[in-house]
Amino acid sequence: MNYIDHNIITIITFLPFAGALLLAIFPRRDRDIRWFALGISLVTLLASLHLPWHYVRGLDGFQFEQNVPWISHPNIHYHLGIDGISMWLVVLTTFLTPLCVLISWKSVNTQVKEFFILMLILETAMIGVFVALDLFLFYFFWEATLIPMALIIGIWGHGRRIYAAVKFFLYTMIASVFMLAAIIWLYTHTGSFDFVTIQSAIQSGQIEGFSTAARWLFLGFFVAFAVKVPLFPLHTWLPDAHVEAPTAGSVLLAGVLLKMGTYGLLRFNVGLFPDQSQRNAPWIIVLAIISIISGALVAMVQPNVKKLVAYTSVSHLGFVVLGIFSFTQIGMDGAVYQMLAHGVSTGALFMLLGMIYERRHTYDISEYGGIATPMPVYATFFAFIMLSSAGLPLLNGFVGEFLILSGAFQARQIYGILAATGVIWSACYLLWMYQRVFYGNITHPVNKSLQDMDARERVSMWPLAIAALVMGVAPNLWLHSIDPSVSFALKQFSSGIQAAAPSAAHVTQSLMQVIGR
Amino acid sequence: MIPTVDYIRILPEVVLTIFGILVMLVDPVIPTQDSKKPLGLIALVGVLVGLAATLYQSLYYGDAFYHMVRVDAFSIFFHLVILLIALVVILSSFDYLEVQQIKAGEYYALVLFAAVGMMLMSSAIELVLIFIALEISSISTYVLAGFRRRAAESAEASLKYFLLGSFATAFFLYGVAMVFGSTGSTNVYLIAEILKTHQSVLTYLAVALMFVGLGFKVASAPFHVWTPDVYEGSPAPVVGFMSTGPKAAAFAVLLRVLFATGAPGWFWMVWVSAVLSMSIGNICALVQNNVKRLLAYSSIAHAGYILVAFAAAQTMGISAAMFYAASYAAMNVGAFAIVAHLAGKGERYVTLEDYAGLGRRSPLIAALLTIFLLSLIGIPITGGFFAKFYVFSSALQSNLVGLTIIGVINSAIAAYYYLRIIVYMYMRDERAVEAPVAPIPFSLGAGLVISLIAVIYLGVLPNHVLDYAIRGAQDLLK
Repeated sequence: MNYIDHNIITIITFLPFAGALLLAIFPRRDRDIRWFALGISLVTLLASLHLPWHYVRGLDGFQFEQNVPWISHPNIHYHLGIDGISMWLVVLTTFLTPLCVLISWKSVNTQVKEFFILMLILETAMIGVFVALDLFLFYFFWEATLIPMALIIGIWGHGRRIYAAVKFFLYTMIASVFMLAAIIWLYTHTGSFDFVTIQSAIQSGQIEGFSTAARWLFLGFFVAFAVKVPLFPLHTWLPDAHVEAPTAGSVLLAGVLLKMGTYGLLRFNVGLFPDQSQRNAPWIIVLAIISIISGALVAMVQPNVKKLVAYTSVSHLGFVVLGIFSFTQIGMDGAVYQMLAHGVSTGALFMLLGMIYERRHTYDISEYGGIATPMPVYATFFAFIMLSSAGLPLLNGFVGEFLILSGAFQARQIYGILAATGVIWSACYLLWMYQRVFYGNITHPVNKSLQDMDARERVSMWPLAIAALVMGVAPNLWLHSIDPSVSFALKQFSSGIQAAAPSAAHVTQSLMQVIGR
Repeated sequence: MIPTVDYIRILPEVVLTIFGILVMLVDPVIPTQDSKKPLGLIALVGVLVGLAATLYQSLYYGDAFYHMVRVDAFSIFFHLVILLIALVVILSSFDYLEVQQIKAGEYYALVLFAAVGMMLMSSAIELVLIFIALEISSISTYVLAGFRRRAAESAEASLKYFLLGSFATAFFLYGVAMVFGSTGSTNVYLIAEILKTHQSVLTYLAVALMFVGLGFKVASAPFHVWTPDVYEGSPAPVVGFMSTGPKAAAFAVLLRVLFATGAPGWFWMVWVSAVLSMSIGNICALVQNNVKRLLAYSSIAHAGYILVAFAAAQTMGISAAMFYAASYAAMNVGAFAIVAHLAGKGERYVTLEDYAGLGRRSPLIAALLTIFLLSLIGIPITGGFFAKFYVFSSALQSNLVGLTIIGVINSAIAAYYYLRIIVYMYMRDERAVEAPVAPIPFSLGAGLVISLIAVIYLGVLPNHVLDYAIRGAQDLLK
């Protein structure tokens, strides 16, 4: 392995942080600070593209690994690495961050320096979560995402921002403390924080007292991740945080932070505790289905359009959890794919909402109506992204939901039937919202003179629109590397499930058939 | 005949005493209306020489003065912690005293004498000497607590601290007497030998009494009632000093008394005290509006976390407690240095409302305080995180699952009130009359940089310090 391959993950992870340190000593010239932040995040994006470019498909285990001792007491290693699942989440993060910088160009105009410093620190922490293979390091980054996000919500948010920031912080903090306790238990009984070491120790059944503790360990991890996802009934922080957060905060929150929860479920809950995962799957799936349906129904009646989109996240992330705990190859493939697709389409939705908020300073649906006339370009983008979120075939949302539902049907028919109603609901609330905001007569005279999107806003939307389309028509670009990693993760399950799991080729074939129709 | 090496084994104490006397001698020479900063400089040099003496001393492990004093990794660890605390406190006092118009040179001398007592507490292995050292440090801090003598609450703090403190030391002394009664010795390691074969009811009683006395010094519940009032009234840099230094020293003594002697019957006492300290400290801190009071309750809670490590015992627990004491010192001294700076003349600005909008008015100070507070919460990259981590993992290793869960829940509760300060600094700014903020003077800046480096160093590379703490723990148990 050459030097770059060996260090690339460290470079990607800490590049934004280095940028933040430089920004800290930067003079307070807002324009330069914005350009600098954009530059750093773009360089990070470019660097992160090294990963999919040089990723070797079909290899088991992790790639681009870096493993050096960090702290000897306790035995903590600086162990980073990616597989097909985390690689794309890293790219999603680096892809969304420059767009967030762009979208905050004008909307953030107080304490600009602090804002971009926090955003870059947040990027480092988010990437770190996805690449850390040492449980301690993982927790380290996991907690590190908390502060910048809470500050971004609390300082640059709207209205009840303090309430939202504190609620967000406390929910996540309290839940992740349970994960810490579980991590420490694992360390005291295995002498290692290393994910791979612990995983093989568990598989070989060497750990003393594991069989009695496993249930609690599973729950410790599960609570931390379920709050982040967020899974019903732990989701109540999400609408508050989203509504009050500034646009960039919402984009990163929905786009990346929520995925940290589902990623954690997939990597740690399923990866470390396969038996417990299967044992607990029924009630987790029930919670997921409740999330899907209740999230959708609650979204439908929201008078606040941002809150509406926030609840769609609850619904869509419910699909991801369902996919993961279906324990089928196809369902888990779909779960990973849905994470990426949701990051793109919901991120884009929040950016679009941010644009209209900058113009009118309200999210109330009743304040709008008929704005397709003054803002045709905006309306087109919105329609496109909304359809991708609703799961229209040929766009990104469809692929993930289709795969997950197939997996759910394989696992148990009733799961599939119930979850499938979520797709219908999502079409209902999104189309209804679109109709109320964009069509009809202009009821408020102010809306007549709304400016359409300017060049900067279009530049920030095009990449997302293109991504939504490409992910819809060529899912194999992603599934090729996701699929082997998922099947590797599934290997540890009993053979019965494996037999039921169709091969990767079958997955994509059937998908192409459906799309072709 | 006492060999020369014995003097090396008390060299830091000797150095600080000499410099303390020097401060007192120079004090009358300086005209009353002049600044007393030169005295501070002398004290500063004294502490630096003391640090050098400690490093030199670390080459000469062993007993001195007929087994009264023992220099080992354990005592060196606490010497360094206490000297660094004194260093930052002196640096942060320079301009504080000017602002408060406290023109008494003894201030610096008392800080040095208090440090002498604390250092001696960590190296003494003779219960009577421990008692004397405890008194040296206590009496100095009683006086320091009353230094804002024109403020009624400062006098109240001093008197309260003095009365309750002497009461507590009496308990300790009573315990020492009982140990002597039951074992016939006051040397910690001789007692250990005797206790191996011979234990009586008297020993249990003695351990309980000594625990009460030291529990007062470390502000652990249920002996904590004095803390909020004393911390509120005392000068802010002094609070930074007495919430860390005497605490670290008293914990050192407690470690010696409980573990080096192999004393029986402490477990449930420590367990209950740990749970009470954490819960009372954190819950009461939730409703405080005065930052000093808030940090006082937080200090009680932190004593509770350290006691969790005590309950875990063995090398892991002892080293975790030592590490915790060190990192708590780093972050708390830093936090109080900032509180002292923001307090202004007569300590008028010490409520949460006064901190509103600080993030905008003075980004640097706000950022520093945020880092110290995050460390107190226990967020990664700061020393506070590893400190909590070691404490809870040592507790789990000793199978104290219940205690760990209570501790973990407590540290989650604690996040709320530290966060409140951050929320006020960054997210509230609707106040009409804002508290003025002076720019950071050089000496305070130096002190803050030292504590910041310590906090980050302990949070990123805790290895060296922890290794040393483990060596200290092994030396203690030898």
